[in-house]
Amino acid sequence: MISARLTVNDEEREIAFWPSDTLLFVLRERLGLTGAKPGCLNGDCGACTVNVNGTAMKSCLMLAVEGMNQTIRTIEGLKDSPIQHAFIEHFAFQCGYCTPGFIMNINSLLKKHPNADDSTIKEFLSSNICRCTGYQEIEKAVKSLLKINREDKAGLPNDE
Amino acid sequence: MLPYDFDYYLPKTVEEGVRLFQQLEREGKIPVYYSGGTEIITLGRLNLVETNAVIDIKAIGECKEFTIKDQQLIVGSALSLTAVEEKNVFPLLSKAASGVADHTARNKITVGGNICGQIFYREAVLPFLLTDSHVVIAGKNGLRQTPIHQLFKRNLKLQKGEFLVQLHTDRRFLRMPYVCVKRRQQWDTGYPLITVAVLKKEDETRIAISGLCPFPFRAFEMEKSIQQVGPLGDRIQEALRHVPQPVLDDVEGSSGYRVFVLEQMLQDLLRELEGNHP
Ligand SMILES: Cc1cc2nc3c(=O)[nH]c(=O)nc-3n(C[C@H](O)[C@H](O)[C@H](O)COP(=O)(O)OP(=O)(O)OC[C@H]3O[C@@H](n4cnc5c(N)ncnc54)[C@H](O)[C@@H]3O)c2cc1C
Ligand code: FES
Ligand code: FES
Repeated sequence: MISARLTVNDEEREIAFWPSDTLLFVLRERLGLTGAKPGCLNGDCGACTVNVNGTAMKSCLMLAVEGMNQTIRTIEGLKDSPIQHAFIEHFAFQCGYCTPGFIMNINSLLKKHPNADDSTIKEFLSSNICRCTGYQEIEKAVKSLLKINREDKAGLPNDE
Repeated sequence: MLPYDFDYYLPKTVEEGVRLFQQLEREGKIPVYYSGGTEIITLGRLNLVETNAVIDIKAIGECKEFTIKDQQLIVGSALSLTAVEEKNVFPLLSKAASGVADHTARNKITVGGNICGQIFYREAVLPFLLTDSHVVIAGKNGLRQTPIHQLFKRNLKLQKGEFLVQLHTDRRFLRMPYVCVKRRQQWDTGYPLITVAVLKKEDETRIAISGLCPFPFRAFEMEKSIQQVGPLGDRIQEALRHVPQPVLDDVEGSSGYRVFVLEQMLQDLLRELEGNHP
């Protein structure tokens, strides 16, 4: 075991974990942050997506030890954000299992491409799989924010 | 969580990385170089990677370089595929990289990891094969630079303890006409049925393919047939006689279907690059 500091959701936490532990495992089992969901554990579904220095990362494809000295944000670190509201307004989820992953990916999309075109949106959204709702509602939620973004970029944490 | 544990090392220099590998081996450990780590984690979870010491090369400056120096584009092996894509200095590389996996996974998968990985598609190597690039390899005798064609024979033939540091590409190739198309069995992300990249260097047509055989390759023999004079259809038929063996035959597609798809792709791509030949 190693003992290391991780900065998650603006908090520095000293925790013990094995170097072979994935970030997903450490977030959920050591830090109690269960927002990032285990799905395929194979990099395919995107349910485990978090932001690392503002970039979307599948936390099942990353070791926790790689997260040292980086800024990690999980769905628990987004509070009352425009993306969360847009998901509710546009009925962009049903069971909700995939939702934290989608939201963290879109959070990164909005930071990097506040006026993303259709192909960029499609490119980002193809990283996540939803088994129960339609992607159209999710796309609508993203697009509604692009409009808001033109006037108001507030509400998006700056982790870069 | 992986079913086994390993020690983690983060060397800052090429020399430190190589030295660590040798030292760990002397101590009876089984070290592996770790770049994006996505294959080590996913295959490791299935017990298909044997290691108890990973050497992460992402903190080594040379492995993160992306510059043009002495007329050569230098691409560090530990750069993520999206980092290379976004720079878009080498459009053929950006195109080939952007076809691998999905956007979020490409934030983690690296150029060197894709080229050195066990998973045999290794699509990021295609642009380097088409442009006769050089590879820079670190080993116990320091750095050596070699033409990629000498070392990449189905996979990158590295000696024990060596790792890929950089790829160097003559900048004259960067703006040459190209097409790169990935056909999947279904959807827009995931492994290819076949990926074909074609580069036009003056009158020469260069072809590299992934997903047809259980290894990516530069199709030197097929290129010779395509270079001949005659109707495109005949030249493609002749080229198909030089497809290396074995052709993949799996759930993604039978070998016959793969060759059929390749034929159609060559028709489309060559017509696009050569103009509207008969
Ligand atoms: C969800 C997903 C989808 C995928 N889809 C595709 C696809 O469409 N097309 C495709 O081509 N591939 C695809 N892959 C495979 C992926 O590109 C390879 O597994 C690649 O090896 C991952 O790169 P990495 O940097 O994470 O490698 P790592 O896990 O770091 O390393 C992979 C292997 O290469 C060795 N290695 C890494 N870097 C070096 C180096 N610099 N020198 C020497 N050895 C080195 C490691 O020791 C290890 O054996 C996919 C993978 C995932 C997870
Ligand atoms: S659990 Fe990480 S991508 Fe599916
Ligand atoms: S809302 Fe159920 S998986 Fe997406």
